[in-house]
Amino acid sequence: MKYYDKLIFELSRPGRKGYSLPKNRFDRNALAALPAGLKRGEAAELPEVSELDVVRHYTNLSSKNFGVDTGFYPLGSCTMKYNPKIDEEVAAHPGFLTLHPLQYSGSVQGALELYYNLQKMLSELAGLEEFTLNPYAGAHGELTGLMVMKAYHQRRGDLKRTKVIVPNSAHGTNPASAMVAGLQVVEVKSKPNGSIDVEDLKPLLDDTVAGIMMTNPNTLGMFETEILEIARLVHEAGGLLYYDGANLNPLLGKVRPGDMGFDIMHINLHKTFATPHGGGGPGSGPVGVREGLESLLPNPKVVKREDGSFELVCEEGAFGNVSSFLGNYAVMMKAYAYILSLGKENIRLVGPMATLNANYIKENLKDDYLLPIQGVCKHEFVFDGLKDKSTGVTTLNVAKRLLDYGFHAPTIYFPLLFHESMMIEPTETESKETLDEFIEVMHKVAHEARETPELVLDAPVTTLVRKLDETTAAKNPILTYRALLAQQDGND
Amino acid sequence: MSNKFIPHTPDDISRMMEAVGIRSLDELYGDIPAEVIFNRDYLIPSEMSEVEIRRHFDELASKNHSLKVFAGGGVYDHYAPSVIPHLLSRSEFYTAYTPYQPEISQGTLQYIFEYQSIICELTGMEVTNASMYDGATATAEAMFMMVASAKKRNRVLLSATLRENVAEVVKTYAKFRGIDISVVPERDGVTDLDALKAELAKDDVAGVILPQPNKYGIIEDLSGVAEAVHAAKAQLALHADPSTLAVLKTPAEWGADIACGDGQSLGMPMQFGGPYLGFIATGKGNIRKIPGRVVGATKDADGKRAFVLTLQAREQHIRREKATSNICSNQSLMSLYATIYVALMGKQGMVEVNALSADGASYLHDKLLATGLFEEAFPGKPFLKEFALKSSLDAPALEKHLAERGFMGGIPMADGLFVFAVTEKRSREEIDAFVNSIVDFAK
Repeated sequence: MKYYDKLIFELSRPGRKGYSLPKNRFDRNALAALPAGLKRGEAAELPEVSELDVVRHYTNLSSKNFGVDTGFYPLGSCTMKYNPKIDEEVAAHPGFLTLHPLQYSGSVQGALELYYNLQKMLSELAGLEEFTLNPYAGAHGELTGLMVMKAYHQRRGDLKRTKVIVPNSAHGTNPASAMVAGLQVVEVKSKPNGSIDVEDLKPLLDDTVAGIMMTNPNTLGMFETEILEIARLVHEAGGLLYYDGANLNPLLGKVRPGDMGFDIMHINLHKTFATPHGGGGPGSGPVGVREGLESLLPNPKVVKREDGSFELVCEEGAFGNVSSFLGNYAVMMKAYAYILSLGKENIRLVGPMATLNANYIKENLKDDYLLPIQGVCKHEFVFDGLKDKSTGVTTLNVAKRLLDYGFHAPTIYFPLLFHESMMIEPTETESKETLDEFIEVMHKVAHEARETPELVLDAPVTTLVRKLDETTAAKNPILTYRALLAQQDGND
Repeated sequence: MSNKFIPHTPDDISRMMEAVGIRSLDELYGDIPAEVIFNRDYLIPSEMSEVEIRRHFDELASKNHSLKVFAGGGVYDHYAPSVIPHLLSRSEFYTAYTPYQPEISQGTLQYIFEYQSIICELTGMEVTNASMYDGATATAEAMFMMVASAKKRNRVLLSATLRENVAEVVKTYAKFRGIDISVVPERDGVTDLDALKAELAKDDVAGVILPQPNKYGIIEDLSGVAEAVHAAKAQLALHADPSTLAVLKTPAEWGADIACGDGQSLGMPMQFGGPYLGFIATGKGNIRKIPGRVVGATKDADGKRAFVLTLQAREQHIRREKATSNICSNQSLMSLYATIYVALMGKQGMVEVNALSADGASYLHDKLLATGLFEEAFPGKPFLKEFALKSSLDAPALEKHLAERGFMGGIPMADGLFVFAVTEKRSREEIDAFVNSIVDFAK
């Protein structure tokens, strides 16, 4: 196929059109009647293209993308599962697609029932009392969860609890969400194996602490074995435990966050529950809480009445609102269909098979890649770059070389605990054959690094574009077509 | 047990366990305290086949009623071109991750660049990001931007004419962040500009958030407002409907510092509230204060045009608690939706959509007044596709009556107001039938 790099604006020809609209039969001209002072001066410079132009353009763009349907994503912390097609089909069901979010409850009973059912299923799978499905994404769930935490202390009149403890190995969203929720971040150290240093935690636990944010397994893929002790300490100090559901997948079928002592959590439906990542969204970040906190969850809420009907309500006890309506509703439909496809029988396999896959890759590659933390991992693990440090080949080079071999790169340079972090998470939907192929390629890259390092240092060489100038992009940001044209004019 | 989403055969499992050096799968969880291992069955349904899943969704859908919508409230039943779902279901788009590896993500990066260009054309602004969660959270982020620019000032003014569900989110975010919110009252359906100026005179305002059009559908005359706000050393954010910006004076033309709002009006299915997208756009001077992902144009090693995520030093994965926002995801696929929609409708179609909607709304407005059941709520106030009328009709009973006849009517608000909206999808016959249905109800 020929190389394609046009922008939609560059296909534009005055007078060409890609739409059809009904005839105007209202015998009036409301726009003309509007005062001129309320109308824009010049028309927006929008494309004028035919329908086929649009179809070819975006089909060509799609071919410049890698997705789960293209190939394997060993992307740590991102849980890049296969996205089932039946989920897409039912989420586009016309009986839901056409619903206005402010329709009267009696006309949207099925939609409210689905929300309620999914909320109940997540509560059962998480070992918590109730979920709100309103948050739009993982970080939005964190923010919502921290708002619940803060509101809980305020409801008790305990206003001095303004700190939240976050491990120094946490995802960047954790401290950022705490800041947005108006909480101060206190870092707790990690031990060399990545787990929370309980001795470092103890002196932090005073009466100004609102709670702690944790993932378990942690960002190194290791289970926090002292979790029950941590939960006891935090609860005794009057704080709450927040569970960052980014790493929930390995526990599905084995351990429930609520049973470990967590009070509040979010789930990334686009990770554990197989909804597509969409190139960066829309996701969905439901937040669950233990009994006693449910009234604090944000409005609006879906409640079930005694007669079995459902209603959309706003309640006094809620801490506020975090979304215009009920969140990314169609994303919830996909997660719901996914849970039904697995059922209570197969959902038990998710965690163990994801964990087996991760350990299988780890054990097969630790001869060539430096494994700083030994032992059984959960859904993911971290290499600290190549074992042989004499080649000059970095984690970034390895990641880019993988692109040449048709794999997505792992998550790199995170967590920050190691200099050359390479975080690998295969998920349960990948077969042994795919893992074997990946292992073989990773060995090949390690071999190249020793024998012909220039091959790895030059990578990628097979991608459509390579070695992009990110420095100039940041120094002189060109964010629109208009700015691009101005730059080109300046250069001429 | 086996399932089509989990490919492991018993033979695979035993060979993989051998490679890992374990004899049972339980050993994978040997480090977990026994008392937290979950040992009973989950109380969720059993596995369903595709046939059963389809049936289940059909059953749920049968309890919903798709209505002919004559309401807005921030969500409009605009026409969605057939092309869009076809292109959005290219799985190279929807199964892709965030474009952190630009070499294999040029499709995503380029459509985001196009999306940013379109949002800037519509709002008249210079820079924007790759999209936000929704219009309400985008407005809350606009508040954060204004407070961050103001340094020591910590008070933000909201117009009472801002839609309630947007205002609630802004107030929630403000409450937790410790930002003071004051609501500027409305007068005759628009922001009371005298009251606004009185608040500005207190010299402690960081920013002002006004809607355009407002919750009644009224296009507010904001002449002189930006000047007054800037004279008080504050910033102005306008919450706008992007579809209407093809014809209405842009936030940039009004002198606003930030434009924000919800992208749903760009042909997105209503799908019970989401996903849509939020947008936030501003001037070049604010470029490093903008939250979320931003895509920029650059070149690769061979001089080819290419696109990358840029200005990442603002973001949470680098700056942690010092980031401009905690936002990580955007609504990427919905920004593709908006981009394709605007590309198809184009320069002329975007104007025609507004003309048709406004003419339909004007027609409904006059028909409803002619029934004698409604009176003008705010006489003479200009509107496009959405407008408010006053009536003594029993709102909950009317809502139910209309739903049973396949209509969603005006959204009831305080003081006997009903807010109606009409899009290009509503034919003259549908409008007539809707009005007749209301007349029947009143009989």
